[in-house]
Amino acid sequence: MTMRTPLKTVRWLGSARDGTDHFWTQRLTGVANLLLVGVMVLIGVKLAGADHATVAATLARPMIALPVVLFVLSAAVHMRIGMQVIIEDYVRGEGAKIALLMLNTFFAVLVGAASILAVLKLSFGG
Amino acid sequence: MPGLLGSIMAEAKSGRGVRVERPLSPHLTIYAPLINMVMSILHRLTGAALYFGSLLLAWWLIAAAAGPDYFAYVSSQFATWPGQLVLFGYTWALLHHMVGGVRHFIWDTGRGLDPATIDVLSWGTIVVSAVLTLAVWAFALGAHGGLSP
Repeated sequence: MTMRTPLKTVRWLGSARDGTDHFWTQRLTGVANLLLVGVMVLIGVKLAGADHATVAATLARPMIALPVVLFVLSAAVHMRIGMQVIIEDYVRGEGAKIALLMLNTFFAVLVGAASILAVLKLSFGG
Repeated sequence: MPGLLGSIMAEAKSGRGVRVERPLSPHLTIYAPLINMVMSILHRLTGAALYFGSLLLAWWLIAAAAGPDYFAYVSSQFATWPGQLVLFGYTWALLHHMVGGVRHFIWDTGRGLDPATIDVLSWGTIVVSAVLTLAVWAFALGAHGGLSP
């Protein structure tokens, strides 16, 4: 016989079992984005109006490719959680909500993976 | 009869079981817009815009990886005036969401939550994001004649 109440198993973690994980991840990726947006804006301004050869060569440089890949990763995680909150706030039907939550993850993973693949192709494939 | 009929009539007139039109709690339309409320809404709107704006970055990176011909096509799309308008909007959404995020970081520490400071931080968000956006575009236009790649 146990004297434990169900409260013990949900304490700190809530009904979704991951507690403040989203809250924390959103702040962690927020700080990362804050640092990386500056680099991205500089790259954008630097490459504005440049021809293909210049853009491809610049993006292939490791010290450029690294912040771009990191930004895409961090932004994809950040925007997935952000859009999940919007969906949970406004979508009433349970079926539509679950479908949109899945679609949201697919979108974030697809955009993130496609962007990173493009940078890797420029870095390694030429 | 007065006993039974009276109680039936009283029950019928009582309105019990009938859904009454209760007042709803006040929503957005009832409040005069406050600056922190406007910034809160803009933070979510710019976040949602950036979500779809990520397609722009992906498109540009894919174009660069695809080769000179497709890159030239995508560049020419960005160079049109609607293209430049979208890129300008994307720049502002990105910087506004970033500055709004800094405001939230300040509030996360428990500081700046008195009404006067909330107003200063909220107005500061829109002013700083506008100045940053104009500075980035002035610099890009000065250096290249456009932000389009």
